[in-house]
Amino acid sequence: MRKGSTVLPSTERTRSRRAPQRPGDRVFSGLSTGAGVLILVVLAGVAAFLVAEAWPALIAPADEVPGPDGIVLYIWPLLFGTLLAAFLALLIAAPLAVAIALFITHYAPRRIAQALGYIIDLLAAIPSIIYGLWGIQVLAPLTVEPAGWLEENLGFIPLFAGPASTTGRTMLVAALVLAVMILPIVSAVVREAFRQTPRLHEEASLALGATRWEMIRMAVLPFGRSSIIGASMLGLGRALGETMAVAIVLSVSGGVTFNLISSGNPGTIAANIALEFPESTGIAVNTLIASGLVLFAVTLLVNMAARAVINRRREFSGAN
Amino acid sequence: MAKRIEVKDLDIYYDKFLAVQGVSMTIQPRSVTALIGPSGCGKSTFLRTLNRMHELVPGARVDGKVFMDDEDLYGPGVDPVSVRRQIGMVFQRPNPFPTMSIYENVAAGIRLNGGRMKKSELDDVVERSLRSANLWAEVKDRLNRPGSGLSGGQQQRLCIARAIAVQPGVLLMDEPCSALDPISTQAIEDLMLELKTDYTIVIVTHNMQQAARVSDVTGFFNLRGVGQPGELVEIDETTKIFSTPSNKATEDYISGRFG
Ligand SMILES: Nc1ncnc2c1ncn2[C@@H]1O[C@H](COP(=O)(O)OP(=O)(O)O)[C@@H](O)[C@H]1O
Ligand SMILES: [Mg+2]
Repeated sequence: MRKGSTVLPSTERTRSRRAPQRPGDRVFSGLSTGAGVLILVVLAGVAAFLVAEAWPALIAPADEVPGPDGIVLYIWPLLFGTLLAAFLALLIAAPLAVAIALFITHYAPRRIAQALGYIIDLLAAIPSIIYGLWGIQVLAPLTVEPAGWLEENLGFIPLFAGPASTTGRTMLVAALVLAVMILPIVSAVVREAFRQTPRLHEEASLALGATRWEMIRMAVLPFGRSSIIGASMLGLGRALGETMAVAIVLSVSGGVTFNLISSGNPGTIAANIALEFPESTGIAVNTLIASGLVLFAVTLLVNMAARAVINRRREFSGAN
Repeated sequence: MAKRIEVKDLDIYYDKFLAVQGVSMTIQPRSVTALIGPSGCGKSTFLRTLNRMHELVPGARVDGKVFMDDEDLYGPGVDPVSVRRQIGMVFQRPNPFPTMSIYENVAAGIRLNGGRMKKSELDDVVERSLRSANLWAEVKDRLNRPGSGLSGGQQQRLCIARAIAVQPGVLLMDEPCSALDPISTQAIEDLMLELKTDYTIVIVTHNMQQAARVSDVTGFFNLRGVGQPGELVEIDETTKIFSTPSNKATEDYISGRFG
């Protein structure tokens, strides 16, 4: 520490005195600054567009916007449905992704690990409409019977209150489809983090007499913690914004409910926009855009929350 | 508590590559045994067979016997995890867990070894270990700060505290000072002399003065030739090795004529 602080300034000084600015450095720093500014400009542009287009709906009288009771009650169930589907999907996908990443990096023989890695990456290349079709044609029918069982035996839990849908186009299936969709990106990010766990720390715990699982808990998981959070947020962002798959799978009737296995579900913002937009005009379009603005804000909040969580334990992150 | 180690005819392989051949030695309790030799001759490899860390490398295996007191460490049914719980290890580069506080680092091994311990007892163990590692005075006011915030020498002493917190029978050190400045090195050497009253210590070192300063017994490893496995050339009282070694190669090495 002490050594660093006396050595650093002097080298800094000699560098600024002697080293000429190289053209490569200047070009690169220009490019990266430019890219950073561009992102901010685009983001601000999108926000400005959303606000401008949503404004007429926000100030319109309640009886002019679609839905019976004004814009807030129009968007609220959609927001609720969006959050419910996305968080449920994350709840399913995140542990699975961590488990898969652990298996690939620390348990599987190299051959199997590689093959599995490729297969999972391939999942990311499937267009979302295919997931939607798979959800409604394959997964939904498969869930009908288990959903009936859940209603009968665990019906006292509000999540499984029923009546169980006979088509399987439920919130549960929508969340499952979303979970499969976000699995590749989440597990890929987590896998890379786990792979980079310093050998040094793995050996430290093994030499203390840790079993493999204890080693993973002591060295691998803490090291990958911020990546797990980051990857989850990435997945959550995708799930929040996913349109086609949900539009196809979910049977919507607008109610705000935690009931996961009935056919009376709240819609989601993105799917609702896709479904309603072609037939909307005038203030209805502004209302849809207003719902988009809400989604934008929520996604932003989620990301900021994730940042905050990661930063809170930065000192212990191993990055210093 | 301090245990004796006896190695009989140990051959050490990485897959098909024979890295070290035919090592036999006895390591006495409550002493410091130094292993010296040119790099690549298998000192680290040998050290890691003593706590069964060697076999973590895919395909790595050994042939021969290692006893700790009367327990056959490579006997059938012996769990390598339980061997490692009884034999502590300190590495070349200090490696405290970056995600844990200083306190948690020292407690880490105890939490593994069956876990449950009253908070007050654990506090005592942590303090005693840090005191034994000559680190207590420097960190007692910041036990909840991350271990990675310490200096290199402090980190290494933290690693020693972590290793001795579980009261191992043997303490292995693989070039523990090679990443440290002379002052920190001095601190660790002093520490080794204190610790040997309670522990059996085996240290690999590149620094012959260090071997001469801290060890009671010195073993000299060498390569038999290019592409040949490493071997234990001779092992004897440190004073004897550094004054009148019985082998020509040892004499050449310690007088700096090669390696
Ligand atoms: N993980 C490994 N896989 C294969 N060979 C290895 C591995 N680690 C070390 N070796 C080989 O074993 C021999 C001894 O290495 P090492 O024990 O590190 O020597 P030293 O510690 O004396 O410098 C060397 O030939 C080295 O290349
Ligand atoms: Mg070595």
